[in-house]
Amino acid sequence: MSKQINIVASSAVPLNIENVDTDQIIPARFLKATSRDGFGKNLFRDWRYENDDESKPKADFVLNNPRYSGKVLVAAKNFGCGSSREHAAWAIKDAGFDVVVSSFFADIFKNNALNNFLLPVTVSEEYLQQLFTAIEANPGTEIVVDLPAQTIGIAGSGNTQPFEINSYKKTCLVNGYDDIDFLLSIKPEIEEFESQTEKA
Amino acid sequence: MAGKTLFEKIWERHVVKTIDGGPSVLYIDKHFIHEVTSPQAFNGLNKRGIKVFRPQQVVATADHNVPTLDQHLPIKEELSRRQVEALKKNCAEHGIELYGLGHPYQGIVHVIGPELGFTQPGMTIVCGDSHTSTHGAFGSIAFGIGTSEVEMVLATQCLLQSRPKLMRINIEGTLNEGVVSKDIVLYILSLITASGATGYAVEFAGSAIRALSMEARMTICNMSIEMGARCGMIAPDTTTIDYIKGRPFAPKGEDWNESLRYWKSLFSDADAVFDKEINIRAEDIEPMITYGTNPGMGIGVSGHVPALNEVEDREKVSFEKSLAYMGLQPGAPIKGRKVDYVFIGSCTNSRIEDLRMVASFVKGKQKADNVEVWVVPGSKQVEKQAIEEGIDKVFAEAGFMLRQPGCSACLGMNEDKIPAGKYCISTSNRNFEGRQGPNARTFLASPLTAAVAAITGEVGDIRDYYKSN
Repeated sequence: MSKQINIVASSAVPLNIENVDTDQIIPARFLKATSRDGFGKNLFRDWRYENDDESKPKADFVLNNPRYSGKVLVAAKNFGCGSSREHAAWAIKDAGFDVVVSSFFADIFKNNALNNFLLPVTVSEEYLQQLFTAIEANPGTEIVVDLPAQTIGIAGSGNTQPFEINSYKKTCLVNGYDDIDFLLSIKPEIEEFESQTEKA
Repeated sequence: MAGKTLFEKIWERHVVKTIDGGPSVLYIDKHFIHEVTSPQAFNGLNKRGIKVFRPQQVVATADHNVPTLDQHLPIKEELSRRQVEALKKNCAEHGIELYGLGHPYQGIVHVIGPELGFTQPGMTIVCGDSHTSTHGAFGSIAFGIGTSEVEMVLATQCLLQSRPKLMRINIEGTLNEGVVSKDIVLYILSLITASGATGYAVEFAGSAIRALSMEARMTICNMSIEMGARCGMIAPDTTTIDYIKGRPFAPKGEDWNESLRYWKSLFSDADAVFDKEINIRAEDIEPMITYGTNPGMGIGVSGHVPALNEVEDREKVSFEKSLAYMGLQPGAPIKGRKVDYVFIGSCTNSRIEDLRMVASFVKGKQKADNVEVWVVPGSKQVEKQAIEEGIDKVFAEAGFMLRQPGCSACLGMNEDKIPAGKYCISTSNRNFEGRQGPNARTFLASPLTAAVAAITGEVGDIRDYYKSN
């Protein structure tokens, strides 16, 4: 897993379905592993295959469409809702994506993505539709996500938009820092907090 | 200066520090763990060579993967067994109390936390499970986290969190006969959609909420995640305090008095400001059911599936995909739809009051021939209580199968799956595609509406039975 994100420039896969929940991203029956690896092959399992059969890919599902590939997944509104399973973020990352774009992310999924160096980029509904239109018209369309500059754009079109990310998380992603390293580094302050609370 | 909300009072008390331009370090009082979302977190700790920081603040149970029949035997499914064994080993190595299979306190994590008295007002509570929002019914900040965050809390008892916006949903008035708390939450979801509260902490308030029991309140907070909410909460009152008093891990003696003083300060001040408020009349709510593949797709049982012209253009593709999955037609009535399975269980509706509600309707009746009915109590304690009250006999006489505690067919991680193409009326929380098994079709409803379907074999209206009696 790449533990740093800077500029991602890649073609994209358009998943124009609203309210994609984490049960679709990775069905519960694949959550029995005790490691973080190998979830990518079961990404969107039940949308990808007929009757759970890998020899019967569903032709109408976008991940099975040879026209589309890339490191950017563009998804419709409310992506990642439902279960808190981090396996959803692991599966997307393991399948080769570094960025997910949507007009709206579910809260827990967004945190899980950030903790796995999978960058969630929130754009306006209008811009999302422009992305879908551009990618569907030309699957080779390159999407450029520049994290340090906080912009997303359609290469060659001049059509670029800013996106929001809090500065702490941005620093973590650009430099490959984990939250847990930070929290461990302030343990004395946590212990101090505990003893103050005890006294209160 | 404006007063404070319930959320702010608890949040501010738990902030260790705030990072400039970033999140706050939030101290976590209680951490629940289960077998599915914890093994990778323990692996992370082991890799770093560190131990759990505050094991006495962690409570573990096995629920997602466990079979609901023959729990005294070794788990047959190898991967499930390995996960449950990993939890056992991790808890032993790190000194964490585990209420695993065979323990009289075992059960669904969001059922046992409250019933054992771990869940208390004013706490911050997390678990690697989105339905952690359940515990907010006690006036705590409780939310689901991912596995990386589980690892952070195990390592430091803290999380990095940005403060959500604040929403209050007021439900005033008196519920109609046959309408229960599940209907309230499905109704809210049908109004504000499955993303209507994303980015918010939601406080549920109003006379209709105050009138609810603790278990009924838990059902509402449980499904606040289905609106996308970071957490759901209800201010503690005498109902809350009476529920907690005397439970095994509730504060005792002087601790109890001290806790009461804190708990009584936990309410939103009259002049507190919310970013958004929604007002609902309790009288407008009827028994609810979902027809689609997200919990926001709900209608009254007397209603019909929306017609195509009632759906916004942008949503048509998702709507039609959803109906195709469910095998339903736009504009069709929902009442009278045949069902194949009835599932009464899950962290939403598997507590003793839920089982009593079902039993009160079912007593002396027989299940319909075309349905299979599974009742899965939320915990060993609930199971024991049901047997003491003779509810098990009511179910046996009706032809229902009373199984053993676990998450079961809510998410079909164990063997309890609804077969492809079959319809299940379920008291659980999610009707997502494949949630209850590949290609299974779910109607979410209250225990009462599920009970009607169990007896008649189809979607029905509990109010018809009150009229005829």
